[in-house]
Amino acid sequence: MKRLLLSLGAGFVFGVGLLISGMTQPAKVVNFLDVLGAWDPSLGFVMVGAIGVHFLAYLLVPRLAKPFWAKSWDLPPKKGIDAPLILGAVLFGAGWGLGGYCPGPALTSVVAGAPPTVLFTASMLAGIGGYALWERFWANREVPGMAGGAL
Amino acid sequence: MSPEFTPVLSTVGGALIGLSASALLLFESRIAGISGIVGGLFTPLKGDTAWRVAFLAGLALAGLGGWWFAPQTVAVTIDRSPWMLIAGGLMVGVGTRLGSGCTSGHGVCGLSRRSTRSLASVITFMAVGAIVAVTVGQLYRGAR
Repeated sequence: MKRLLLSLGAGFVFGVGLLISGMTQPAKVVNFLDVLGAWDPSLGFVMVGAIGVHFLAYLLVPRLAKPFWAKSWDLPPKKGIDAPLILGAVLFGAGWGLGGYCPGPALTSVVAGAPPTVLFTASMLAGIGGYALWERFWANREVPGMAGGAL
Repeated sequence: MSPEFTPVLSTVGGALIGLSASALLLFESRIAGISGIVGGLFTPLKGDTAWRVAFLAGLALAGLGGWWFAPQTVAVTIDRSPWMLIAGGLMVGVGTRLGSGCTSGHGVCGLSRRSTRSLASVITFMAVGAIVAVTVGQLYRGAR
């Protein structure tokens, strides 16, 4: 239960951070990316604030034998740069510049029900779901039907 | 420069995002990457779903609070056609999964752990995002 509350609280604080920083307003995001328009550097300050804090947490990781609650450290392996990484970032960047939303702000502000936010977020979830389906049924066909189900 | 520039609020908000990511990391060894948290719901593993739902519920609660107490924080003031929103949403959905992360997973978490992969991703999506936003901006301004 306490673990779920931590997740809920982390999501809430994350969302409040997005709201306070202005990142749930696509206008501020687009005005950061559109450097030839009325440029708004706020997004850069959000990144500095977030990385400034989170970087300190990563300094603690090697000094802690294990996380406070989980059994062991389980962080993504550091791999090289590959084509899916870059192709994915190109697609993501293009969609971000078009709509002014990345996933966090979209999911935070969709509850306000503004039609553009709802349309963007529904399409984004369709993209995430569609990718998961594609991965399950086509990309990993050598592992028949086991992309997550039976564990 | 835009008159909407909010250096202090944006840094404070960013610090809260960093705090949230740090709690997930230090307590649970989890990465606060939103696209990854959502993506994991579509390929569910036993015991790995509830925390994702709880995190997203927290995001939604914050959004409801913003809507209730300060509706301007969730207002959409840019002009985008429905087709741009649909195409944009699909590209963000597919792109973040294919590229294993978004602004939070690669931007905040990846850069904080000095991952070269994340740096490559951030440079790419920022550059492409800027090209698209500048192009749309120029076309829209030209059309007016």
